[in-house]
Amino acid sequence: MAYTEEELKKELENKEYEYGFYTDIDAETFPKGLNEDIVRKISEKKNEPEWMTEWRLQAFAHWKTMTEPEWPNVKYKKPDFQDISYYSAPKQKPQYNSLDEVDPELRATFDKLGISLDEQKKLAGVAVDIVMDSVSVATTFKETLAEKGIVFCSISEAIKEHPELVKKYLGTVVPPKDNYYAALNSAVFSDGSFCYIPKGVRCPMELSTYFRINQAGTGQFERTLVVADKDSYVSYLEGCTAPSRDENQLHAAVVELIALDDAEIKYSTVQNWYPGNSKGEGGVYNFVTKRGICHDRAKISWTQVETGSAVTWKYPSCVLKGNHSVGEFYSIAVTNNFQQADTGTKMIHLGKNTRSTIISKGISAGKSQNSYRGLVQVHPRAKNARNFSQCDSLLMGNQCGAHTFPYIEAKNNTAQIEHEATTSKIGEDQIFYCNQRGIDTEKAIALIVNGFSKEVLNHLPMEFAIEAQKLLEISLEGSVG
Amino acid sequence: MELKDKLLNSYLAFQEDYALREELHQTRLDALKVFEAQGFPTKRQEAWKYTSLAQLLQKDYSLFPKTSATSELRGVKPYFLADVDTYKIVFIDGVYSPFLSDTTHDGIDACLMSAALTKPKYRKIVETYFNKVVDPTESLTALNTSYAKEGAYIYIPKNTVAQKPIEIIHFATGNETAIWLQPRNLIVADQNAQVQIIERHQSLKAHEVVTNSVTEIYAHREAFVDYYKLQNDLDTAALIDNTYITQETQSHVSVHTFSFGGKLTRNNLNFKHKGSHLNSTLNGVTILEGNQHVDHYTLVHHSQPNCESHQDYKGVFSGRSHGVFNGKIYVDEIAQKTNAFQQNNNILLDDKTTVNTKPQLEIFADDVKCSHGCTVGQLDEEALFYLRTRGIPKKEAKALLTYAFANNVLESVQLPALKRRINGVIASKLGVNLGFNL
Repeated sequence: MAYTEEELKKELENKEYEYGFYTDIDAETFPKGLNEDIVRKISEKKNEPEWMTEWRLQAFAHWKTMTEPEWPNVKYKKPDFQDISYYSAPKQKPQYNSLDEVDPELRATFDKLGISLDEQKKLAGVAVDIVMDSVSVATTFKETLAEKGIVFCSISEAIKEHPELVKKYLGTVVPPKDNYYAALNSAVFSDGSFCYIPKGVRCPMELSTYFRINQAGTGQFERTLVVADKDSYVSYLEGCTAPSRDENQLHAAVVELIALDDAEIKYSTVQNWYPGNSKGEGGVYNFVTKRGICHDRAKISWTQVETGSAVTWKYPSCVLKGNHSVGEFYSIAVTNNFQQADTGTKMIHLGKNTRSTIISKGISAGKSQNSYRGLVQVHPRAKNARNFSQCDSLLMGNQCGAHTFPYIEAKNNTAQIEHEATTSKIGEDQIFYCNQRGIDTEKAIALIVNGFSKEVLNHLPMEFAIEAQKLLEISLEGSVG
Repeated sequence: MELKDKLLNSYLAFQEDYALREELHQTRLDALKVFEAQGFPTKRQEAWKYTSLAQLLQKDYSLFPKTSATSELRGVKPYFLADVDTYKIVFIDGVYSPFLSDTTHDGIDACLMSAALTKPKYRKIVETYFNKVVDPTESLTALNTSYAKEGAYIYIPKNTVAQKPIEIIHFATGNETAIWLQPRNLIVADQNAQVQIIERHQSLKAHEVVTNSVTEIYAHREAFVDYYKLQNDLDTAALIDNTYITQETQSHVSVHTFSFGGKLTRNNLNFKHKGSHLNSTLNGVTILEGNQHVDHYTLVHHSQPNCESHQDYKGVFSGRSHGVFNGKIYVDEIAQKTNAFQQNNNILLDDKTTVNTKPQLEIFADDVKCSHGCTVGQLDEEALFYLRTRGIPKKEAKALLTYAFANNVLESVQLPALKRRINGVIASKLGVNLGFNL
């Protein structure tokens, strides 16, 4: 064996976030603090129409009356909302002139993840030549999408270009008053993406690739709105397997999905933000509200791989409003060191013959806490609702915790709901078996973890699944059960 | 006057009337303060999310029965366990009834809490256990502690087996329009002792009664405690049952809860482990109809290695009934090799029924086997069809399947007489006579 258990443990504990922070940004930034003027200024800065400003102000007024939620199973220092700057337009300067200058370890990670050279440059902050492939690729993408009538742009652009669509759908799934962070986001959201798939159109590509190239720096208060019109299909990918450098401590994004009759939205997330160092200092707070609404025969599928952030607090949900609609949730949450994750889903069955599936895999290592919190609610009129939930937790070491808090509320006697959960560790006999076949301990763990998460990984878009698999390996490097 | 104020104000009169020695008096005062600070739980609290006491609290309850009631044996006999000899500790409107009871001091103590609290010979035991097993910060428990006066006191000495099961029965006569009762039980099983206990609350007339009961059970090394709760009260009765159990090494404690009636029943069941290699069993069958509401709230805290816990709750709901299950398994960092299992299955028979279930796991140790499962569904249509093709009428077929559904739990009842009684209750609930006993 190359390592002893002790050595591996030590290495794991000392494993720093290898990707560092880059704050050398020349940006136009608002003074710290939050008040009505700031909200107005944000709106003004973005040249928003009157109705949008009003909408923000209303959300802000409501936010002031709310208090921060205490119920999640996470402990953190409450952010000081007056100590945050709510607008910063980054004018990012390239930090390097060629890839050779980039930290070799970072490059190694990119290679491990199998990220293309151009993307690597973009992600590492290398100056990208104007005739670079990526740009032309992006242009081709744009043409293809436009041909089909698909609208894919930033939300601020959409507010200007497609106000009727934005007005019709924004805040219908996650109302500005929904919760504390959703209200905050509604008041101050900086940017985000908007996507509209017209009737009967099947989006020809994963919206990920395009997205990744064009939106390297996502905002702190991101707002995403995806509308799939009748009988359309889209697969949308958020985030990136590549480690992301981020100077913002608090992230409060809102994602709204609307699947009209017969539409299907597949939304995949990979999140790998800075989780804090091995002593539990620093790290990103990720407080996200994600929700989708399914009309008749529509389907929404959430897939997430969560490996980063110091504190994660998110519940991608499906409101199954239409008859025969389907909601799915596949999740892998990995926590290490002092990370805390409280994540899960809500499946609200309102329509008849609605179905939902929940598969959640939690992996905790180090001194981390990993919670699954889910709600399955069947309303009185939701005849023949069907739900299946499975939550498995894997513990590595005895200083971490795994928690399961499922809420099941059935108000209809035709509902069929199943929930099961298990907690276990990686068996010594499994590792022994691998060792005996010449697979070293670290590889064996990767193998077992991959097997454990397979059901979820299978639901990621192909090329992405491979990256995610590698990401899992990297996140758990050196963990021994 | 609000009930809370009434409870607080009445305390002065109560304490004068029922003076206790200084330490106990202090315990009660402290408990009253806890209740005063917290008040009654509301739906805003996570633990009471699905059960509201608001409606119960609006009534004006009398806290102390005005007249000492008596009851004819004839009237209450059907509620005793038939064909088996038992020790009985019977209370009528919260007052001990020597006429109906059959207590003992022969080898074991099965007598009264009031005696234990006042007589010097029990002083040591009361000092060691009274209010030590409970969670003193829980408001309803604290309310009970502050009014603790009467209830059952059972002590089984070392290496002793209680020869007969012990029945604890509380009757409410309904002489008052509305009454609030707060019995307090203490059960101590010393090393290698064994005991079977059956607890029952029964109203004799359809008048409002709320029982806020607290039971403390302490099981020493290798002790066996088998506890059955039979809850089949009238629809005017409400029961808040708080049971706290502390177990030592290699002890076995099982609690069976059969909830078949009552307007509102809340069972708080808490297991605390003080030793290793012990076994906790929590089983329950709930069959509800009409507007009944039952809330099972269980907590098993594994704080020592090599322990086992097994939970199995079955629920069958019809009418507009509402069932709640909230089970929590908590495994501490040092509780390695824990084997914890939790299951909750529910069947909904009518479309106005509601079930809320929340099986929770909180695990801090890695070498454990913990799993839980829960389902909500209906009787299997195909099985029902099969039975009917064999000439079994629909009602009987449904009853058979319901029996089969609850059988796991029924099978683990150790007292044949009690099993027959429960089978009878289920049969009458389902309106069938199957002509055999399972």
